[in-house]
Amino acid sequence: MEKKLINRTYSVKGMHCASCVRLIEKALEKVDGVFSAQVSLVTERATVAFDPQKTTDEQIFSAVSNIGYGIKQETEMEADKDKDKEEKSRELRRLLRDVIVSLVFAGLIVWGSFPVLVDTAPLFLKDFYFQLVMATIVQFWPGLQFYKGTIPALRHRTANMDTLIAIGTTAAYSFSVVATLFPQFLERAGFEVMPYFDVSTVVIGLILLGRYFEARAKAGTSEAIKKLIGLQAKTARVLKSGKEMDVPIGQVVAGDIVRVRPGEKIPTDGIIEDGESSIDESMVTGESLPIDKTKGDVVIGATLNKTGTFTFKASKVGQETMLAQIIKLVADAQASKAPIQKLVDSVSSYFVPVVIMLSILTFVVWYNFGPSPTFLFAMLNAIAVLIIACPCAMGLATPTAIMVGTGKGAENGILIKDAESLETALKINTVIFDKTGTLTRGKPEVTDVVGIKAKGDKGYVLKMAASLEKGSEHSLAEAIVKKAEEEGLVLSGVEGFKAIAGFGVVGEIGGVRVVLGNIKLMQREKIKIEKEEEMGLVKIEREGKTVMMLGVGGELTGLIAVADQIKDSAKEGVAALQKMGIEVVMITGDNERTAEAIAGQVGIKRVLAEVLPDGKEAEVRKIQAERKVVAMVGDGINDAPALAAADIGIAMGTGTDVAIEAASITLVNKDLRSVARAIELSRKTMRTIRMNLIWAFGYNVILIPVAMGALYPFAKILLSPIFASAAMAMSSVSVVSNSLLLKRVGLGK
Amino acid sequence: MSIDKLVVTIIGVMGIGFVYWFFLGKKEKEVKASGSVDITVDGGYTPNIITVPRGKTTIINFTRKDENDCLSEVVLGDFKIKRDLPLGEKVTVEINPQKTGEYTYSCGMNMYRGKIIVK
Repeated sequence: MEKKLINRTYSVKGMHCASCVRLIEKALEKVDGVFSAQVSLVTERATVAFDPQKTTDEQIFSAVSNIGYGIKQETEMEADKDKDKEEKSRELRRLLRDVIVSLVFAGLIVWGSFPVLVDTAPLFLKDFYFQLVMATIVQFWPGLQFYKGTIPALRHRTANMDTLIAIGTTAAYSFSVVATLFPQFLERAGFEVMPYFDVSTVVIGLILLGRYFEARAKAGTSEAIKKLIGLQAKTARVLKSGKEMDVPIGQVVAGDIVRVRPGEKIPTDGIIEDGESSIDESMVTGESLPIDKTKGDVVIGATLNKTGTFTFKASKVGQETMLAQIIKLVADAQASKAPIQKLVDSVSSYFVPVVIMLSILTFVVWYNFGPSPTFLFAMLNAIAVLIIACPCAMGLATPTAIMVGTGKGAENGILIKDAESLETALKINTVIFDKTGTLTRGKPEVTDVVGIKAKGDKGYVLKMAASLEKGSEHSLAEAIVKKAEEEGLVLSGVEGFKAIAGFGVVGEIGGVRVVLGNIKLMQREKIKIEKEEEMGLVKIEREGKTVMMLGVGGELTGLIAVADQIKDSAKEGVAALQKMGIEVVMITGDNERTAEAIAGQVGIKRVLAEVLPDGKEAEVRKIQAERKVVAMVGDGINDAPALAAADIGIAMGTGTDVAIEAASITLVNKDLRSVARAIELSRKTMRTIRMNLIWAFGYNVILIPVAMGALYPFAKILLSPIFASAAMAMSSVSVVSNSLLLKRVGLGK
Repeated sequence: MSIDKLVVTIIGVMGIGFVYWFFLGKKEKEVKASGSVDITVDGGYTPNIITVPRGKTTIINFTRKDENDCLSEVVLGDFKIKRDLPLGEKVTVEINPQKTGEYTYSCGMNMYRGKIIVK
């Protein structure tokens, strides 16, 4: 049988030296089923490859703790995070060292060669041979990375940023070497003998400085996801066989009972078993106010328990938790490509070769037509062209803004599926809200029971309706059954129960046909409705309540009105959208009057009423046919086809399941203002992307011709390679910094 | 026109022609991936163009041998995949394309590019 090995990383405490490392490795390798073990002293980590059928975590733990070290499980996320961080900070340190080395030498060379400054310089700095030594160090130590980037690329017949810098600095450096070592050559050829070590070194120093700032800024763009990963709880207090113990989060399994005390982080997703508390969910859902929860309520891992103590049953652990899903969603979105990027792609594949060609052209033109000394002008301008070109800024323009934008969204409970959604969300001019569960709380309650004439009293009406609805899963049915239970009614058995979507339910109780539903059902059942009754009905419906009619034995017997409370944030959420110039539409299965009443309460003017559940998709398409860009907001479960049909499907507050396939945007919280915020975020992110692209393209389109000398005939303006390198270094940093500004955007404020 | 100017002009024109031919005139060969494909990351991606079947999972193994920082991240934007490529380590990604067409992948800064053709 083939062995299936798994790799797992544990964190190890108490190591002092390399011999500890070997000791632990040996101990681990002795465990039956362990294939290999690697321990690192620096990261305090053990990576073990083992056969899970033969070995358990416990055996590995005891092997290590037996020899006197501490070991605990480490979640995958943490390991990745730390590894990533280490490598990044090592790279940053190396880069900083290169920057310092090159800029110090460059500074000394400039001091020894720059007009005016040179008069104050000590003699040895003015010595060309000494400058040669310093420039050589810079060229081949900090500058080595440009060659390392260039040579393998050339083997593949591709060119990149490094190629430009390598060619440019090599040209300046080589000329200077010849000028220093063999000045007679140049003199004979009629050139002025003047080394340009300052050019090669300052360019390398400034470009590296730019890269250093850029790397630091780029680290900031992925902060949001790091923050999310950092939210994870490390341990959980699990109740097992009457005992309470703290276990690493990786060992909690679904079904475990976990206790959470005030001030503690809730370790994983679950349902409260006992106790109640107020919970701060802002870090995950963006919901600013704490939420009171009690037995039966869902709690989310990584949120903060504020006041009470409670126990809950873990329902999701590891990669299935809401937090893990959010992290995955955000990471996916950050890796996705925006359609606008396609433009950049096509340009950048030609960019570097074209710049090299322009540089050669610049040399030829200046050599043939330029002022004297022609060779020097030609060389310096050709180098300036190579140095000023900045393909990096174009490459960074879109992804960095998307990183920051999606991260900002996640902080506010807005999860954007991909960059394409972000780009489409910008164009939305119509938002359709599903009524039940989106504009309303989705917890309907029975408000009125009307018995009609002598045919039945209120109790009878409720009893028949509840008996019939007992088998239904509809939220209205739940409300009726709950009401009957509260009144202490005894329900009867139903035969031949059938739910007819868009009409209601039918069945037989004690051999009599009982129907409950809307007016269409009554018409279908040929039940006569008298005017008076309709009048009573109108009044109730105008209050925004949904009225169901009960027919028993072919006669109308009563009315039951159910109302669903409108969410507190509904009015404000709708108003925010309207203020942005977006038309708001409500879609519902309710009849016209009820729908109008609810819409009126929240300020919606356009209502699509009496839409059957499977008709929502068609309604969305109808509005799209009006040349509108439509966002559909729903719960993502019942209205998935409509969400998928819309240009942007927005799923809202769907518990701990956030990865909803049909949704382009998932709102983790139930706050309706988030819809406007999501659109605002997409507008601001896209604006940043556009600004970045304009800047990045504009920079190259304007400054490359300037470096070529386009302004020289009119204004005698030329770019020295040194200035070019400063501009180039600034260019990509400013693009990344501009993206980072998105972090400061206040949404909905 | 003096002789040196003539020489510079001729060399320059030849240089431009060479750069064009060298970087933009190359023909890239496709490698057909059946099940899995190894891509070496060293000054670019080798093989650079891979063809994969539609509707089937293809495993792509990236191994970076180039120290250049730019290549330390690979982005398959159309498949929403972004991975760090630690030097010398094999990093596996899985794609299961549902639509035929040409997709590009690139390094983090979009300087190096490769193509995935779904057939």
